[in-house]
Amino acid sequence: MQLKRIVVTGIGALTPLGNSTTEYWNNLRNGVSGADFITQFDASKFKTRFACEIKNFDPTDFIDRKEARKLDRFAQTAVVASDQAVQDAGITAENANMDRVGVVFASGIGGLITFQEEVTNFAKGDGTPRFNPFFIPKMILDIAAGHISMRHGFRGPNFSVVSACASSTNAMMEAFNLIRLGKADIIITGGSESVVKEAGVGGFNAMKALSERNDDPKTASRPYDKDRDGFVMGEAAGVLVFEELEHALKRGAKIYCEVAGAGATADAHHITAPHPEGLGAKNVMNQALEDAGMQPSDIDYINTHGTSTPLGDIAEVKAILDVFGEHAYKLNISSTKSMTGHCLGAAGVIEAIACIMSVQNDVVPPTINHFTDDPELDSKLNFTFHEAQHRTVNAALSNTFGFGGHNACMIFKKFSA
Amino acid sequence: MSDIAARVKKIIVDKLGVDEAEVTNEASFTNDLGADSLDTVELIMEFEKEFNISIPDEQAETITTVGQAVTYLEEHAK
Repeated sequence: MQLKRIVVTGIGALTPLGNSTTEYWNNLRNGVSGADFITQFDASKFKTRFACEIKNFDPTDFIDRKEARKLDRFAQTAVVASDQAVQDAGITAENANMDRVGVVFASGIGGLITFQEEVTNFAKGDGTPRFNPFFIPKMILDIAAGHISMRHGFRGPNFSVVSACASSTNAMMEAFNLIRLGKADIIITGGSESVVKEAGVGGFNAMKALSERNDDPKTASRPYDKDRDGFVMGEAAGVLVFEELEHALKRGAKIYCEVAGAGATADAHHITAPHPEGLGAKNVMNQALEDAGMQPSDIDYINTHGTSTPLGDIAEVKAILDVFGEHAYKLNISSTKSMTGHCLGAAGVIEAIACIMSVQNDVVPPTINHFTDDPELDSKLNFTFHEAQHRTVNAALSNTFGFGGHNACMIFKKFSA
Repeated sequence: MSDIAARVKKIIVDKLGVDEAEVTNEASFTNDLGADSLDTVELIMEFEKEFNISIPDEQAETITTVGQAVTYLEEHAK
């Protein structure tokens, strides 16, 4: 069978750099850091006291107060960002068959805030169970997909995908596959994550995964810098509307770009450490290129996973050199996590949005916070340090990796009929 | 309105997001105030917390209107 072509027709974003796609993109291209001291709990006793939080977000500005109370923050942000995306795409019951509009929406962890609050309450009591009836439906990770469908009446395929920090890229890949197999016309996809809470920060701190640069939060996320000391936790919700090309053309939708191809692999190596030679990363990029029917030389920009951890950054760069060979030196490479922090299950989608805007605008957002070259990284590569660079971006590739050894990759390219 | 009635109504307004005027004694949580089955469970829990009592399930099932809640709590609140 002939696979269908998929285009992006809507975007929604709540990010540490702003609560709209425009604000997010403007701050990305201007090299703004989204890091600051944690506001969602008293972190004074924690090894890390800063994060890249979503700012100025009051759910009741968008969701009825009674409803908002029944949603964990990860689902509140998912609902609000998906409202933006659905509106941006202009999907209505008149121009789309709601039975063929689906939602495939990810989170890495789900309702950790709710879990922490409910279990803490229980532990403070005398053992009598007094769990809130909304505990489970607030916490479960798939509920965001459910809420998005209920809000808009989307009755197509509906589920979540989990692969830790690769989750939203894996979700996008499922959405992409479902539409190209003809199972849906439109899928709302992406992911959200909100775990800037004691259990989240404390848990990642215990793994020594987070930067502890408390004296200078804004420069703490420094991918490819010699002195990087871990990732900065981020919080975000990102949403993309994937649509079958003919469907989009027929209803006269605005088209941002085409989804060219995707891949998913495993390192099969270690729960948290990457394969030292970036084996899974190499395989996933090759798979995505093959799926897209593209050569390495067709890619102009790679938005890396680049979390600012000592091992991860090196393994991914090795994989890029392996896959791209001499063309690696002609690429622009950047880690926008230097600005957004690592938004975990939402990282893939907000970086996909960075790629899409890059393809749209022919601008590559920078890797900020570079101070000292790392001798273990090839200095002839263009990491787009400090400032955005203008270049034609026909195609951009986004890498996302997750604890468990999951690797996911997606390629976006300029749309031409 | 008794102190208990006022406290009960405040909880209902807060949890169900309804106007105070709608919270009449006759109003049914599910039929008139838009509560679903989980909302009613939550309301009972809030009453238990507010009045520091434990409402047995078989009793809780008979509390379906604002008035029934007020009556029950006036009889049982400590």
